[in-house]
Amino acid sequence: MPMKVGNLPFFEGVDQAIHNTFMVNAVSSAQDGLREKKRKATTGDPTLGNWEDWRDAGEEIRQFTLNHLDYYLKQLSDQFAARGGHVFFAQTAEEAREYIKKVVRKKKAKNIVKSKSMVTEEISLNEALEEEGCDVLETDLAEFILQVDHDRPSHIVVPSVHKNRQQIRDSFRKIGYTGTDEPKELAGFARKTLRGKFLHADVGITGCNFAVSETGSICLVTNEGNANMVTTFPKTQITVMGMERLVPSWKELDVLVTLLCRSSVGQRLTTYVTDITPGAQPDTVDSPQDYYLVILDGGRSRALGTEFQSALQCIRCAACLNVCPVYRHIGGHAYGSIYPGPIGAVLSPILGGYKEYGKLPYASSLCAACTEACPVRIPLHKLLIRHREKYVEGGGKPPFSEKAGMKTFSIGASSPRLYRAGMKTAPFILKPLVHDGAIEKGPGPMKPWTHGRDLPQPSQEDFRTWFRKHKQSEMTGKNHETGEQQ
Amino acid sequence: MSGTIENRESFLQNIASKLNRKAGEYVKTPEWTHQPQFGVRRGASRRELTDVLKNAAEAVYTKVFETDAAGLPDQLDQVIQEYGGAPAIATRDGRFTEYGLNSLFEKYHIETWNVAEGHKNIDRAAQANIGLSVCDVMLAESATAGLYHDKDKARSVSLLPVASIVIVPASVIVPRLTQAMQQVESDIADGKEISHYINFISGPSNSADIEMRLVVGVHGPVKVAYVVVSDR
Ligand code: SF4
Repeated sequence: MPMKVGNLPFFEGVDQAIHNTFMVNAVSSAQDGLREKKRKATTGDPTLGNWEDWRDAGEEIRQFTLNHLDYYLKQLSDQFAARGGHVFFAQTAEEAREYIKKVVRKKKAKNIVKSKSMVTEEISLNEALEEEGCDVLETDLAEFILQVDHDRPSHIVVPSVHKNRQQIRDSFRKIGYTGTDEPKELAGFARKTLRGKFLHADVGITGCNFAVSETGSICLVTNEGNANMVTTFPKTQITVMGMERLVPSWKELDVLVTLLCRSSVGQRLTTYVTDITPGAQPDTVDSPQDYYLVILDGGRSRALGTEFQSALQCIRCAACLNVCPVYRHIGGHAYGSIYPGPIGAVLSPILGGYKEYGKLPYASSLCAACTEACPVRIPLHKLLIRHREKYVEGGGKPPFSEKAGMKTFSIGASSPRLYRAGMKTAPFILKPLVHDGAIEKGPGPMKPWTHGRDLPQPSQEDFRTWFRKHKQSEMTGKNHETGEQQ
Repeated sequence: MSGTIENRESFLQNIASKLNRKAGEYVKTPEWTHQPQFGVRRGASRRELTDVLKNAAEAVYTKVFETDAAGLPDQLDQVIQEYGGAPAIATRDGRFTEYGLNSLFEKYHIETWNVAEGHKNIDRAAQANIGLSVCDVMLAESATAGLYHDKDKARSVSLLPVASIVIVPASVIVPRLTQAMQQVESDIADGKEISHYINFISGPSNSADIEMRLVVGVHGPVKVAYVVVSDR
C-alpha cells in the first residue's frame, strides 16, 4: 500500500506517538506558529476585505470545477499536448509508476531531482525509480532531511516537523556534514550539496499545486527555490498531479493561490509562484525540452458523485492539521498514511479503503475546528461522521470486537460521558463558545445538541489521558469511568 | 509541435459516469458570485502602490531603492557595489539599453545572456555574484516581481547568483496577483502565446523546515533588491 506510513496498527501508532515528547512538543509549537501566521494573513489582514468572501469564492470555484472535471481535464490535456507536452492518464499508482519508469528508461536517465510532492509519495515513486537503478534526490530541505534518514513525512506542508535540529545534524553527519546544529548552517550544507546535482540532473520531477486548464500550465507554490532548479536545468521534466488539482483559468488561479499561501504558511504569496507551460523555444538554454504530465486518479474518482466529493476540493494547505487537537497529540505518523490530520482521516479511507484506513475517522474529537479553518469550506467533521457511520455499518467489514471497540472509541454524540472525555482534547478551541460552564451554541456536530439544551463545558483532561483510559476500556471491554461492560 | 495523450478516453469516461455527464462535454465557466479579489486596493495611485510595495518588501527581506530614469545609472551603480559587485550577469532585455545602462554594463563587465553560447551561460550565472533582470509586473501587496521568462530573459539570472537585483519600472506596479492574471488572460484573448515560464518571486529563497526557524537563502538567491524607476 503506497500511501502507508509505518507498519503499526492505528492504536499502537497512537500509543507510540503520544509518548514521543519531543515530537508532541514540536508539533504543538509548529501548530501554534502556523495558526497565528494564518490568522494574521487572513481574518487579521484588513486589506484583503472579508476573508469569508474569499472562502466562498474558493468553495464555489472548486465545486464547479469538480462537477465538470471531465471537461476541464480534457481541456488541460488538449492544451498541454498542443504545446508539445505528453500527457498520461493513470488510473492507478502502479500505472503512473510504470509510465514514469518507461519515460526514464527511454531518456536513459540516471540522475533525478525532485521537488516536494505529496502525490509522488502517494505512489511511492522514489522506490520505483531506484529499482530502475536511478539516483533519486529529494531537494526540498525537509524532504532531503527525511530522505537522508529513510523517514516519511508527518505534515503536508512541513514534512519534517517531527525532527529536531540535533537529529538533523546527526543525520547529515552520515553524508559528510561536520558543522553545528544551527539551522542556517544545516540549510547551507543542503544548498552546497544539492547545487551541483541540480545542474547535472537528467530528469526533474515535480508535483502540482494547480494546473490551469485553459493553457495547459502547471503552477508550483514554493519557498526554497528548489522547484525552480528542478524545472530549469534537467532536459526532461515530469509533473505528477492528482486529477482534481486544476482550475479553469488564470482568473481562478489567483483566488486559489491566494487561499493556499495565506492558509498554509501565512504568507501573502510564497517566495516562488511559478507557472510552467510546455513549448519553450527549442534553443532555450535553461529549460527542459520534453515535458510529461501524469494525471493520477488513484481512487479519487470513488468520491465523485458521492457525499464525499467535497473532499476533493482540498488544496493541501494543512490548515486543518494546524488546528486539530488530535493531530497535536499524536503527530502525523500515527495516522499510518502520508495524508494525516483531518483531511488525511477523510481522504485516506477514500483512496486506500476502510480496511486499511477505516479507523482514521475516529482520530477526531469532532470539534469542527478543521471545518472552520478550511479555506475551501470542506465540511471535514461531517465527512468524518459519515465515514464512521459507513465503517460501523460494515463498509470496512470490521470484525464484531472491532465494532464494539469503535463504539467505545467513538467520541461522537452517542454518549455524553464519552463526549465529555473527547471534548477535553479541545477546550481551547471551544472556549469562545462557553458561557457559565456550558456550551450554548456549539459548532458542527454539537449544533443539534446545543439547539435544544446546553452541553457541559469540556474539562481539562487531555487527549493522552483520554486515549489511555479508552484504550484500556477497549481491551477489557469495560468502561473505565463506570466499570460498566460495554 | 504536437505532443501525445494516452489513456484518456476510459479515464474521462469513468469520471463522467460518476458525475452523470457526457465525457468531455463543453461547459462554460460561469461568472462567479464571489469575486473579492477585485476589491483589494481598487483605484490606488502609483504613489500609494509604491509605498505598499516598500512596506511589503521589508517583510520579505528585500530592499527597495527608488530613483527616476535620469538617476538610474548612478543608483544601480551604488546598489551593485552594496551587493558586492562583479561578477554579474544580466538577461538579454532591450530595456537595459533603453534605460541608458550600457556604460554601467561595461564598467562591471556584466555578461548578457546569449543563447548562442549554450551551457556557458548557466556556468556564468552559477559563478555570478549578481543577476540583473527587469520586472514585467510588480505585485505591490506581496512585493512580488513577476518575470515573464523566455530564451533571452533567462530564468537562471534571477535564480543562480548570490544576489538578484530587479529593475522595476513604476508603470508595472499593480495592486496584487489579480491584475497580473488579468494581463495574462487578456494576452490569451488577443491570441498571444504566453510566456512558458512565468515566475512570481517575493524576496530571497527561504525555508522554515528546521524547527520552524526561518533561514533566508536556501537554493535560490540569498539577497534580493528592487530598484524602482518612478518615471518609467
Ligand atoms: S481540507 Fe481544507 S484545510 Fe485541510 S488541507 Fe485541505 S484545503 Fe486545507
